[in-house]
Amino acid sequence: MCSSRTLQQQKIELSDFEKKLINLYQGGFPLTSEPFQVIAEELNSTSLEVQQTLEKLLANGVLTRFGPLYNIEKIDGAFSLCALKVPTERFDEIAVLVNSYPEVAHNYQRDHEWNMWFVLADETEQAVINAFNQISKETGCPGLNLPKQTEFFVGLRFEA
Amino acid sequence: MQPMNDALTRKIMAATQDGLPVCEHPYRVIADQLGITESALLEAMNNMLSQGLIRRIGLVPNHYALGYRFNLMTVWDIDDGEIQQLGKQVGQLSFVSHCYQRPRKPPDWNFNLFAMVHGRSEDEVNQQVAIIQRLLGSACSEMAQLNSVKILKKTGLRIRND
Repeated sequence: MCSSRTLQQQKIELSDFEKKLINLYQGGFPLTSEPFQVIAEELNSTSLEVQQTLEKLLANGVLTRFGPLYNIEKIDGAFSLCALKVPTERFDEIAVLVNSYPEVAHNYQRDHEWNMWFVLADETEQAVINAFNQISKETGCPGLNLPKQTEFFVGLRFEA
Repeated sequence: MQPMNDALTRKIMAATQDGLPVCEHPYRVIADQLGITESALLEAMNNMLSQGLIRRIGLVPNHYALGYRFNLMTVWDIDDGEIQQLGKQVGQLSFVSHCYQRPRKPPDWNFNLFAMVHGRSEDEVNQQVAIIQRLLGSACSEMAQLNSVKILKKTGLRIRND
């Protein structure tokens, strides 16, 4: 339940073709009947080669997925970024407790006195507030509930 | 327009949130699953793109595998009168992936601007932080950097289809 991964991960070497594909198509994947054909023409390749390269990059973990990225907040409920100040000796125990809440979507340990940061997601703002209050009460740790007030930017293209 | 109550929109999101199939006609496969025509699906997704419901369609890299191992949450205490303008400018920097204004919680927490930065070396992210610092100038009275130590949970945000 409390599956945790350390952040280090091997960097994977990429061919020029793989780099080009990643750098050019983090957005703008063609919304048309034969998208790989369009990309193949763009990259002087074949639809089959593009598909095989994509499958390889998905299989070896260079890509986490491919497809539409949704702004899920536009249609589905309320979100907040929350933090707890957790005593070191209770950290693992509190992580299990916090992660057990279905409302907790992401949870990160960070090197700061506010050392546990998680995103709460639920259908309404009130439900998010209730979940935060419940977590504060159950853990007994000081907490911050920081729903966004302005979104200035979301998105990033990573250069391969 | 109320995309929120649009049953087809939700169905499309549920059917594609794990990605598109890798094949000659990926949209046709999804359309078949949903019992609609390929052109109806393409039209609906086009609308979702223009409404901003779909941020983009493409390849989603695992940034750690591309060597972006330094991912830092930076937080800044910005003069309330200047945060709108400065937040926009910070959000426009190429290495910033998320940029938000969030509420202060004095006296525990006085930071109101959050910016996630990503780099391939410690030097690179230090330079990025310095660039933000210069941009903010005297409007910023304090900042902090919060490195991620460990992912404790990552389920992603899911759309329900019920």
